[in-house]
Amino acid sequence: MSSNVAMPSRHDGPVATRTWFVATEDHAHGGGATLIGFWIYLMSDALIFASLFAVFGVLGRNYAGGPGPKQLFDLSLVALNTGLLLASSITFGIAMMAMESDRVKRTMFWLVITGLLGLGFLCVEMHEFAELVAQGATPQRSAFLSIFFTLVGTHGAHVAFGLIWLVTMLIQIGQRGLHVENRRRIVCLSMFWHFLDIVWIGVFTFVYLYGVIR
Amino acid sequence: MWAAGLNPGPTMLDQGFLKAPLGRLSLDSLPLHEPILIGTFIGVAVLGLVVVAALTWLGRWGWLWREWLTSVDHKKIGIMYVILGIIMLLRGFSDALMMRAQQAVAFGANQGYLPASHYDQIFTAHGTIMIFFVAIPLVVGIINFVMPLQIGARDVAFPYLNNLSFWLTASGAVLTMISLFVGEFARTGWLSYAPLAELQYSPDSGVDYYLWSLEIAGVGTTLSAINMVATIIKMRAPGMTLMKMPVFTWTALCSNILAIAIFPALTAAFFLLILDRYAGTQFFTNELGGSPMMYWNMVWIWGHPEVYVLILPAFGIYSEITSTFTGKRLFGYSSMVYATVVITLLSYLVWLHHFFTMGSGASVNSFFGIATMIIAIPTGAKVFNWLFTMYRGEIRFELPMMWVVAFMLTFVVGGMTGVLLAVPPADFVLHNSLFLVAHFHNTIIGGVVFGLFAGMTYWFPKAFGFRMDEFWGKVAFWGWVVGYWVAWTPIYIVGLMGVPRRVHHLDDVSLRPYFVVAAIGAVIILIGILGFVMSIVMGIVKRKALADVTGDPWNARTLEWSTSSPPPAYNFAFQPVVHDLDAWHDMKENGYVRPTTGFNPVHMPRNTGIGIYVAALSLTLGFGMVWYIWWLAAISFVGIVLVSILHTFNYRRDYFIPGHEIAVTEDARTRSLATGA
Amino acid sequence: MPPYRSAMTPRTPLAHWARSALVAVPLILLSGCKMVVMDPTGDIAIQERNLILVATGMMLLVILPVMALTVIFALRYRKGRNPKAYDPHFTHSTRIELVVWTIPLLIIACLGVITWTSTHLLDPFRPLDRISATKPLPKDMKPLDIQVVAMDWKWLFIYPEQGIATVNELELPVDVPVRFSITATSQMNTFYAPTMAGMIYAMPGMKSMLHAVLNEPGDTWGYSGNYTGAGYSDMRFMLHGVDQAGFDAWVSKVRSSGESLSTERYLTLDEPSEKVPVMHFATVEADIFNRAVNRCVKPGTPCIADVMALDRAADQGRHQAPRAAASEASMHDDMPHDAMPHGSP
Repeated sequence: MSSNVAMPSRHDGPVATRTWFVATEDHAHGGGATLIGFWIYLMSDALIFASLFAVFGVLGRNYAGGPGPKQLFDLSLVALNTGLLLASSITFGIAMMAMESDRVKRTMFWLVITGLLGLGFLCVEMHEFAELVAQGATPQRSAFLSIFFTLVGTHGAHVAFGLIWLVTMLIQIGQRGLHVENRRRIVCLSMFWHFLDIVWIGVFTFVYLYGVIR
Repeated sequence: MWAAGLNPGPTMLDQGFLKAPLGRLSLDSLPLHEPILIGTFIGVAVLGLVVVAALTWLGRWGWLWREWLTSVDHKKIGIMYVILGIIMLLRGFSDALMMRAQQAVAFGANQGYLPASHYDQIFTAHGTIMIFFVAIPLVVGIINFVMPLQIGARDVAFPYLNNLSFWLTASGAVLTMISLFVGEFARTGWLSYAPLAELQYSPDSGVDYYLWSLEIAGVGTTLSAINMVATIIKMRAPGMTLMKMPVFTWTALCSNILAIAIFPALTAAFFLLILDRYAGTQFFTNELGGSPMMYWNMVWIWGHPEVYVLILPAFGIYSEITSTFTGKRLFGYSSMVYATVVITLLSYLVWLHHFFTMGSGASVNSFFGIATMIIAIPTGAKVFNWLFTMYRGEIRFELPMMWVVAFMLTFVVGGMTGVLLAVPPADFVLHNSLFLVAHFHNTIIGGVVFGLFAGMTYWFPKAFGFRMDEFWGKVAFWGWVVGYWVAWTPIYIVGLMGVPRRVHHLDDVSLRPYFVVAAIGAVIILIGILGFVMSIVMGIVKRKALADVTGDPWNARTLEWSTSSPPPAYNFAFQPVVHDLDAWHDMKENGYVRPTTGFNPVHMPRNTGIGIYVAALSLTLGFGMVWYIWWLAAISFVGIVLVSILHTFNYRRDYFIPGHEIAVTEDARTRSLATGA
Repeated sequence: MPPYRSAMTPRTPLAHWARSALVAVPLILLSGCKMVVMDPTGDIAIQERNLILVATGMMLLVILPVMALTVIFALRYRKGRNPKAYDPHFTHSTRIELVVWTIPLLIIACLGVITWTSTHLLDPFRPLDRISATKPLPKDMKPLDIQVVAMDWKWLFIYPEQGIATVNELELPVDVPVRFSITATSQMNTFYAPTMAGMIYAMPGMKSMLHAVLNEPGDTWGYSGNYTGAGYSDMRFMLHGVDQAGFDAWVSKVRSSGESLSTERYLTLDEPSEKVPVMHFATVEADIFNRAVNRCVKPGTPCIADVMALDRAADQGRHQAPRAAASEASMHDDMPHDAMPHGSP
């Protein structure tokens, strides 16, 4: 007897007419949870950065007799870097709008631009690191330099990972177009990318700007 | 250009191993002159060969791979976590036995049978293994198995991630176990404090094994926690509002949210220590601006909430069992939920109580001390709620309920000594003494371990279709309960006499009787552990007599008991609709009828080997980094990235179980219920 | 100066009796053991011990009834014992909830007040204002200064006023307040003599303090409460409590030992060594403790205080080369502990 199998109802009526089971399910297995899962992951990643910022707060003024921010940071380079990364967030946004309009080629174009801007960001950063090391301001020199390189470097590593992901997405969109799975992945990547942008704003404010104007 | 300052110490580049194919690994790394270790290795090798031979002879390799290792089914993954936890319990407890034996004999001129360098590894390994590879896997395993069934879901939100999480945890455990036979383990205590853990003071492979094992396992635990939270938020059965969730699910939710909030801090702390050891940075050194105190803060920001990550699910287990075996809804459900949430939030605010003696000043110490005490209030409320569930109940003292009563009598003492230690001036004389060690074993054994045994006993029939053997279950119970009290009461006493922890030998022979009694207690606990293993073995032997044909052997109240034992792969043929708390009890009371026709195809995820491949590559990455075998580490890292990317190109990860197959399974259940009724 | 009264001082005869009982009962139960934490000889340690007993007593007020109820309910409501009592709908009671949240709240509130006051009064950095419960602090009594350096794996004690030093032997005159200044060379240790006072961390690059007094003569021991490696289990020091005459005689004895704690001797001592026997040093090189705190005992090493000054100058945009060790002007020995060189001010 299957008289109790019916469509689910929102309100609980008298016991005799209660539905106990859902007759048909219309959502894909586990698909709806991807975005919240990725968001929670991003929060855990934010906590890693928060821990690094905390270390920066404690150790960030220990120059051990060596160079400090005033002696090291070239704000024009940092401004360039920041501009590249912020621009890349804008271009990613444009790509997302193209995706909403189902325009595959346009989406891919703006993703490529985003990737190039991100790559530019990384190149400028690596140039900055090389300059510092050449001057003797290595991560081993002082706790300040250790946390500087680690905080900025961890952010850069995340950007690099995002670029690898972006290239993979371009291949997959090229193969399957804006398939539902690809769309979900691009939304996750966009969350990731914007998150890195926000972390960078924290970095250039508290590490670079604050260090130089103190 | 800038003044070089002091010599920053060796970095991995200075070690001169850039060209060596085996890094710093050599024959000296093998414990060829340690009889105990050689004996252990032979034992483990023989056991391994027996298992391999049995699998081959029975032709079960394919089955093992398909049905278990690559499974993405939360039930199977939960069981594998529990098996991992039990195996590591045997290892961690052997460490405990060795420590007790050493401390029972090493007085005055007698230096004991363990050299200090071994003893120091053993107490480090004991703590590390018990927390990271016993308690966490057992808790995660039970949550994995039970929670999706309790919320009326078919699986967790991310089954592939679930599989990966398990294998990463296992990979961390394997890397730690390898340290027994290749190289050494850390000699720093289970949190591996700086500056002792820095390269200068711990140059060998020990701390590296520790760091890489836990970083790998930590990723697994974080991903698992994200999975559980997303599942509980998104995948509850219709009608199950948050305040209609079983209490165990609530505690699983809070515990996993807490885990997500804290593991990043530990990951960061270990990452920075790795950088100090490998790249010569100055985070936690004594030179050039480093601060070991920062390390202490970071690990304890993880460490204190971690114990609540472990105890909250145990509290949830007690709630479920008390409610079932008293035949009543849990008393004060809402206040239980609020108490759980309050404990979760407060636990994040107390970490400094682990180092009151570091001289933070009276106001800071007072704040953290008072915050610590405040946690006793919601915890006490929970204890009272269990008490009043028992009040006017109809209590059936099956094994799970026995564990609950033992918990209530044991854990409250530990809670009391905890509040005592939370008074900073009291802590000034008890910090790092054996009193402290007795306190945390009191709460962990009396709280977490008893809860895990209660939960395993309670849900075992659901997982396997038959109960554990009751006689041996009682041996396990009494062994653990009597053994705990005999082992740890003397330790409380010597702690009050000023004996510190982690000492290899003592001068005052008059203390010896206490340690002998403690060692006897440890042996009694060993009987308890063996009893537990036997209760599983004899359960298997007598499984027909102990069979659970109805799926509800305890007359319980939550949704997992509405399924067969074991549940089918798809859990529920039709997803249940929930109307009240204690949903299954509500269904039984109000005349639900189990549907027997009209089954629709069910959407299921396929198995995957990706978790194993990534975890295996993580293992080789960790091993390579520990031994400075850079080519191995590099290839492993690239491999992990490539395997992960290739995995994303697999779009075919699901399949449907056709309706007629489900009908076959459900008909079998109908027949089974008819015989059991 | 008003008489010292801690939160723990009984104000009525009843309270005094109750506290004596609280103290006496467990001591009787555990008599015959060397209960150095529960039966100490230093005023600070005694107060800390009393705190343990009071806190335990307050919590037993809740714990014992809970344990009793557990047993009672388990027995009384066992299935079959009392079928009429079974009430499956007894699942909520606001009154009971109020009681079970309020009583622990009140007890914790009391404990909280006790915690706040006792933590401030027993803070290791706080100078003593009494010799013991029965002896007030004489108005012109200066504390005895002792400097402690925790090394791997031994204890160096420097008596700056007397100009002597010892390894692994701490001699204290009874009923004289002592002010310990504490540091370490490489590891996190705790300086702990259980009979005298609670412990405090001895940390490299930092100076902790402990104010304590020994009220009875006798021989006991002290150790580090934080594991630091191979020689940890043997890192113990003898604590001798003697009267003033005995102390003066001991100082003379050390002064006649002939050894000198020079910089080179200190650096040799700093090498890792285990099971180190007692050593005496008749003379101590000036300022060696401050250099130890600043980690610049070795000539040519920059002192932490100097380096920090450089860092703050760098913040202003000025940069200078760091100076070598043993420079005079930049170090103070009365810097508050939390401004000592470590991390950001």
